[in-house]
Amino acid sequence: MLASAWQYIVEHPDRFGAALWRHISLSVAALLIATAIAIPLGIWLARRARVALFAINAANVGRTLPSLAVLALMMPLLGTGFTPALFALTLLALPPILINTYAAVRQVDPDVIDAARGMGMTQREITRGIVVPLAVPVIAAGVRIAAIQVISGAVLAAYIGGGGLGDFITAGIAMMQISLLLVGAIPATLLAIGTDLLFGRVQRALTPRGVG
Amino acid sequence: MTWFLRNWDQVAIALGEHLLIAGTALAVAFVLSLAIGIAAARSQRVFDAALAVSGILYTIPTLAFLALLIPLVGLGKVNAIICMVAFSLMILVRNIATGIREVPAEVTDAARGMGMSRREILWKVELPLAMPVIVAGLRISAVTVISVTVVAAYVNAGGLGTIIFNGIASDHPPKIVTGAVAACLLAIAVDLSLAALERRLKASRAVA
Amino acid sequence: MIKLKGLVKQFAGAPRPAVDHLDLDVAAGEVCVLIGPSGCGKTTTMRMVNRLIEPTSGTIEVNGHDVTHMNPVELRRGIGYVIQQVGLFPHMTIAANIATVPHLLGWDETKVARRIDELLQLIGMEPESFRDRYPRELSGGQRQRIGVARALAADPPVLLMDEPFGAIDPINRARVQDEFLKIQRQLKKTVVFVTHDIDEAIKMGDRIALLRDGRLVQQAPPAEMLARPANGFVEDFVGADRALKRLSLITCVSLANPGSVVGAPEVSADTSARDGLAVMLESGARAINLAGGGVVRLEDFFARTG
Repeated sequence: MLASAWQYIVEHPDRFGAALWRHISLSVAALLIATAIAIPLGIWLARRARVALFAINAANVGRTLPSLAVLALMMPLLGTGFTPALFALTLLALPPILINTYAAVRQVDPDVIDAARGMGMTQREITRGIVVPLAVPVIAAGVRIAAIQVISGAVLAAYIGGGGLGDFITAGIAMMQISLLLVGAIPATLLAIGTDLLFGRVQRALTPRGVG
Repeated sequence: MTWFLRNWDQVAIALGEHLLIAGTALAVAFVLSLAIGIAAARSQRVFDAALAVSGILYTIPTLAFLALLIPLVGLGKVNAIICMVAFSLMILVRNIATGIREVPAEVTDAARGMGMSRREILWKVELPLAMPVIVAGLRISAVTVISVTVVAAYVNAGGLGTIIFNGIASDHPPKIVTGAVAACLLAIAVDLSLAALERRLKASRAVA
Repeated sequence: MIKLKGLVKQFAGAPRPAVDHLDLDVAAGEVCVLIGPSGCGKTTTMRMVNRLIEPTSGTIEVNGHDVTHMNPVELRRGIGYVIQQVGLFPHMTIAANIATVPHLLGWDETKVARRIDELLQLIGMEPESFRDRYPRELSGGQRQRIGVARALAADPPVLLMDEPFGAIDPINRARVQDEFLKIQRQLKKTVVFVTHDIDEAIKMGDRIALLRDGRLVQQAPPAEMLARPANGFVEDFVGADRALKRLSLITCVSLANPGSVVGAPEVSADTSARDGLAVMLESGARAINLAGGGVVRLEDFFARTG
């Protein structure tokens, strides 16, 4: 079976390549957009407790929603294809990054902030020089979680015409062709594990030396 | 909305299936994780190994995992349950082991001093005190399991996902929305109830 | 050097002002200790000097300038600030921590490096070993000393210290206090020092300002506050043992007369009068001989405290 799966890839490189490329671009795009929104938002919310309560609760609810349900709900709203899939995946990636960013910023030792203010640092200097370096490890952990969510979700994007490696899996199951199924399942698994390892490295690299 | 009202029995059956599969998976995962977690609490090496392995399993995309199991166990509920158990291991083992380890040393010390055996300490002191953290882990796993069950409908496991897939295949938006919303509401309800349980447990075990 | 005139701080919803028309001055080179029961406004007052808390009304002058209308960030860069928990930046080395304000002020790197080493020497910590360490590798006492070095880095004329030694264990606290006094004798900074510990106030202060309910009750050098408390509140606050406390401020030498008593215990000349009395009580003797000549008899204590 493995051999015939490999055979398929060799015989249809453009189809496999297109699916792989679509999978990666969906994931990367969703993660980038979610990060660009959630990190600044999380930092902004950290100083506004009342608004934050509402936003963080919403994020917590968002985190529990089944990925496929969110993807499926895009269909009646936005139709099928790349954009609805991207939209859904971005929504799925937002909660972990937002929640982690918010928590990371709040958990910075208030005495450290007080000392920084007392010494004459501006708010911006404090945020950039103190809060962000100390918050980065937890934020990175959140992005890592989101990345895994997104890659896993991108497999499901096949159901709403988003393309990606999921196409081979669904086709393989529908036609009961194990080798075809493996053409999707194995690369998707390797992609996910590889991404997790990569983000783990990044997280460790971003942790400042004096901390954790 | 009207589709739902006219076919609520279908939804109810799917919901029942969903709960059955998810519940079974969670129960199996919990028992397994308890055994591993207790060992991991005592030994850093077991802890690291268990977390490394379960961590890798957790990373595998849901549909890919279900698909990979097909050549091994075919389609159906068993396939789904194995996948869900694998996903739940990491969180449950980590929370059980950490929960036990975080029991204050003076409490276990007092128990030993009073003449409790290792087993008694575990079941009467450590595990009860670790409950809030364990329930927190169950909460995350429960939500994960519900999410997987939605996808597992595609490998003939049943559940609310069948309604969604039916809707997609026949391009019938009301079905899609009903199935998806039902799954979301289920996840939220389970999350909120376990959160309430977690809060109550934490309060009753507060030291101060 | 620092003049507070009619300073008021009213927090929203509070029944009375935290600081109530306070008039206080601190001379240049003086350590002024703010002390009082909790809620007396001592920390609030200190934090108004560098405008971490904004005054409701009144003026604050530092070195002749009215700081209530200055840019607060610039103001703070010219004032040293030390808090009880220190607040060292955990992700930066000791050197980087100390260099914080100099960097904010744009000093060039060679000047900064020299200053760091200078300060580490000053606080008695070997620059080679400590420059590149991280805060979590240091003990509480060491961290506190780094906090003082950090506050002194840009050589500000004024230091604000909020219970700086409160989190250190009593044994090390005495050492850190002594070291700070040694540094202060050398640098002659103007210091506003907040504490709740009357013994620390007596030890550290050139003058003590006792506050109550946001108002100044008495401001005087320690010996004077102990000898002539302004009212019943001050009396109670400094403690019923104030006569003994006063003895800790003078040495045996100042009570001594020439001569010696055979068989009496001997103490060194710079022993405090209080410790000398303790030696007498322990040994049962009614006199102590001072090393290097002189004797203090029990009656000499009464002659002095009259």
